[in-house]
Formats: sequence, C-alpha cells, structure tokens
Amino acid sequence: MIDHLPILQVIVPLLGAPLCLIVRSPRAVGLFALLTSTITFLVSCLLLQQVLLHGTIAYELGGWAAPWGIEYRIDYLNSYLLLLVSAMGAIVLVASQTSIDRELPRSRHMLFYTAYLLCLTGLLGILCTGDAFNVFVFLEISALSSYTLIALGNDRRALTASYQYLIMGTIGATFIIIGVGLMYMMTGTLNMYDLAQRLPEVHNSKTVLSAIGFFIVGVCLKLALFPLHLWLPNAYAFAPSIATAFLAATSTKVAVYVLIRFIFSVVGPEFANTVLPLQEIFVVLGISGIFATSISAIYQLNIKRLFAYSSVAQIGYMILALAIGTPLGLTATLLHLFNHALMKAALFLAIGAVVYRVGSSQLSHFAGLGRQMPWTMAALVAGGLSLIGVPLTVGFVSKWYLVLALLENGWWPLTVLVLFSSLLAVIYVWRIVEWVYFASPRIFIEEVKDPPLSQLVPIYVLVFANFYFGIDTSLTVGVSKRAAEALFGGIFL
Amino acid sequence: MNIIGLYNYWIVVVLMMIGFYVVIAHENLIKKLVGVSIFQTSVFFFYISMGKISGATPPILDDHYQLYSNPLPHVLILTAIVVGIATTALGLALVVRIQEAYGSIEEHEIQDQDTQDQMESRLEAYGFRKKHVLSVQNLDE
Repeated sequence: MIDHLPILQVIVPLLGAPLCLIVRSPRAVGLFALLTSTITFLVSCLLLQQVLLHGTIAYELGGWAAPWGIEYRIDYLNSYLLLLVSAMGAIVLVASQTSIDRELPRSRHMLFYTAYLLCLTGLLGILCTGDAFNVFVFLEISALSSYTLIALGNDRRALTASYQYLIMGTIGATFIIIGVGLMYMMTGTLNMYDLAQRLPEVHNSKTVLSAIGFFIVGVCLKLALFPLHLWLPNAYAFAPSIATAFLAATSTKVAVYVLIRFIFSVVGPEFANTVLPLQEIFVVLGISGIFATSISAIYQLNIKRLFAYSSVAQIGYMILALAIGTPLGLTATLLHLFNHALMKAALFLAIGAVVYRVGSSQLSHFAGLGRQMPWTMAALVAGGLSLIGVPLTVGFVSKWYLVLALLENGWWPLTVLVLFSSLLAVIYVWRIVEWVYFASPRIFIEEVKDPPLSQLVPIYVLVFANFYFGIDTSLTVGVSKRAAEALFGGIFL
Repeated sequence: MNIIGLYNYWIVVVLMMIGFYVVIAHENLIKKLVGVSIFQTSVFFFYISMGKISGATPPILDDHYQLYSNPLPHVLILTAIVVGIATTALGLALVVRIQEAYGSIEEHEIQDQDTQDQMESRLEAYGFRKKHVLSVQNLDE
C-alpha cells in the first residue's frame, strides 16, 4: 500500500469523478466528493512523510522500467506541493457543501463535483509525474475541467470567459507539446530525468533552444504571467465562488511548479540563464506585471475581479523571485507559492460566503457588511493583511525572503520597487475595508448574517493557517529550503 | 540547407501559422475553433513525421528487415488527438451556450453586450439601481 502511494494520489480522485455521476442526490454527491478529496489529502500527508523519511520515491507505472515506461518521481518539491493542492482541494469542498446551493441548480451539482475532482486529478498528476508528455496530458485534464467549472457560473459572461480561457489555454498547451516534441526529437526520451542527462549533449543546437522557448511560453500562458494573463480576471470573476477559490489557490501554482521543474530539473539553471536571456525577461515581466495588475486591481468594482488581478500580481512576485537565480530566491518563490494559496483560498471563500448571503460580489454590495457579517469580514481583512505582507502573517514571511534574496544579489532598486508595490496592495485592500466598515448598509439587503458553520470553519482554518505559518515557519521554510537546495544542487530527485 | 527535403516541416509551419492567424484574426467564435484545430493538427503532423525513417518499416520484428520506424510519436499523438477532440467538443458546446445567452457568436457583438452589462453594474455600484429591479418593485406595489 505504502509503495503505491504515488499512483494512489492520482487514481483516487480520478475514480471518484465518474462515481459522482452515479451518486445522483445533490447532498450525497457533495459529501462523496469531500470524502474522496479527504482520502487524497491523507495520501499526500503519507507521501510527504515518506519523502521526508526516505528521500525521493520513484514509482514505475505498470512495472515498466523508467526511460520506457512512465515514471512518477516524488521529491521534496512535489510532495510539498501535493500536500498544498490536496489540502486546498479538501478544505474548499467543505465550504462547497452549502455554498454551491446558491450558485448552481441542484441538477448540476454532480456535474460540478465531477469536473472538480477531474481538475484535482489533473493538478495532482502534473505534480506527480516525471514524464514530459504526461505533464501535457494532465495539464489538459485539469484545463478542460476548469473550463467546465468556469462555464458553470451564473453570469452569461462566465461562458465567454471560459471560451477565452479555452482558446488561450489550448494555444499554451499546444506550445508545450511542440516544445516536448522538439526535445524528444533531439534526445529520443520523454522521461525528465533522462532528458536532463541527454540534453547537455545537444545543448548548442537551435532545435533545443526553440524547444525551450516554446515550452516556456506555453507554461507562462498557463500560469498567467503578466502580458499573457488576459484570460484570468474574467475566468475568476464569473466562475462559481467555490471554483474560483479552488482554481486561485491551486491551478496557477501548479503551472509555476512546471516552470520550476522544467528550468531546474530538465534544462538546468546555468544553461537556461546563460544561453537564453531568461533572467532579464522574467525580471522585467515580473516587476511590470506586479505594477500593472496591482494598479488594475485598484480600479475594479467587482471584488472577485479585484483579487483576480491581485493574483496575477502575486504570480509576478513568484517569477521575480525565480529570476533572482539563487537558492534563496527559489526558496522565496516556493514560499510565496504556498503562502499565496493560503491567502487566496481564504479570501475567495470569504467572498463566496458573501455571494451566498448577498448574491453578488460587486464591491458596492459589501457596503456595511462589517456589522452584518462580522466574522466573514474579519476573515476578509485578515486575508487582505496577509496579502499586503503585514508581520505575523504568511505574506510577510514570503516577502521577507524575497527582499532578502534581492538584497543578497545587491538588486536594491528592485527591492525598493517590491516594497513600494506592497503599498498598492494596501490601497486595494483599504478600498474594501472602506466599503465594508465605513459605508452605510444598502437598504434592500435584509437579514444578512454570517454564513453557516460549514463555510465559516474552512474560512477560519485557512485564516488560522495564514497566521500559524506566519509565526511558525519551520515546515514551510524548512521544506522550501531543502527543495530549493536540492534543485540547485542538480540532485534531480 | 536542404529546403525541399525538409518539406514536412514546411507543411507543419505553414499549417501552424494559418491556424494561429485564424485564431487571432477572426471574430467568429466557430472560425476561431477551426483555427485552433488547424493549429493542433500541425503539431500532430510534426510528431508523426518525426517518427518516420526513410526506408524503414513498422517495428514488427522480422529477419528481412533491419531498420524500423519509431512508433512512439504516433502513440503519443493518438493521445493528443483525443485531447484535441475533447477541446473542440467543449469549445463548440460553449459556443452553443454563448449563442443561446447572447444571440450572437460574433466577438464584437458579444463585447458590446458585455460593455453594456458592465456600464449597468457600474451605475449600480454608484447608487443607481438596475432598471428591471425598479420595475419589479413597481409591479409589486
């Protein structure tokens, strides 16, 4: 059983998804999906424990030996992110039990949960696998199911948002297979470990360069790096709140993982930085993304869209930290990956609670909710503080490491810009606080109160995690550091 | 440079650019999907032609043949074709729903309607109520 953990991680939600269609009752299907994702979460806990005890786990699918068969490789980096994704998958589903009632007709509940579990499968699969083509397949599983999740939104704009995402996402995925194909052409292997060993022999060919170019552009489309982020704001704004919370916490993070894995484990950081001007590109796009999208966030009237723009800005921080190209910088990326998932899940679930009670995520509908929904609004503010990077929250920890890494390289102008950009976050969070606590309530919203416990509990678990990991950083910083050092040491797994 | 000998790559590149251009240039949502399909198909060609070795046979072991083509790219592309079909099907389903919701599948017409929605919600945000909200209340009275 313990030996088969890597595949169980993927197969449990994959089997759960079609079973959701058999369980037809809306209440039972929710509980069933929750059960499935909880088992998935337990599997990922066991996996992390195994990796911390015994080091990298290599699992041969169907018993076929590595370069020929598909291999799953779990090291510090994957197991840490597997824990994050499966934990988010489970926590968000606790809140969905009630939240989804208001946003989806009961007949569509089973479809929602099916797509949700498939999306979870795809994301976990990307994290587990050590095979480049398999990454593409899982990427498309998660992408196709997230198009469906987004299209389930109430507003008709959800449909166009989903369509736009489908077009951009498919182009991104196709770029990724072109990249994989070119690499396969030069090396004759798809196994990442094998690729890492064979690519240096053909490094100076144009084919390999264009392979890297295609792959990176494709992944950057998927992770919504600044000029390629256009699909994201609408997709997050119009999807059902639960889907937004899940996707915001996991999907772009997993794409960042693919980028890290590819640059560090397959191509090798020295090669990626010397031959291609990756560092310059990432620094420029990262920092301009942070500013452009933070400023857009300030002007949003829909709070989901506001935080969607802020998500793109946070991706900018991750990419900027990645571009520093030192173990400390990579640690900052990994920390922010984890921490940002905690913040955004808390924030979007809190917004979901407002949508549940008020029926809208327009900023103006938040007027005076501070008195009517005190607990939810306190959670929203706590998440906002974490986003700004106030001490004692996780946001502070990741920004601290980012600034440390920037200073270590002597990039003080960028340090100043990063600190200044946090002020932009203060502005958009303050706008929300102003509406919530200082505007008078709207007349026609009556009997608005905090959501049922099934939503408040997950929100507060996440808020608690936001503070807990902001104070006790031993798990997050410890694992991130080990993963970053392993990646830099060239120890692929 | 052996330009003619690399004709398979030329076909791939030309198809890819046609597909990409259609996606970017066309307003019609179905035509955009056609563009995406052509774009994906070019990659299928790329993979399939990659596995071909001239003079080689399919990898069926026999004493008469020594040179075999690589079947793996073909198998990979079977998977990619399935993904492509799923994407096209989902895309078309979305277009049907968009047609039902907006009464149009032309991008600019949809955008016009969206801008109008946005204006309304903006007005609402600044304190004006939506027309139909008022009219429903009037009916109640």
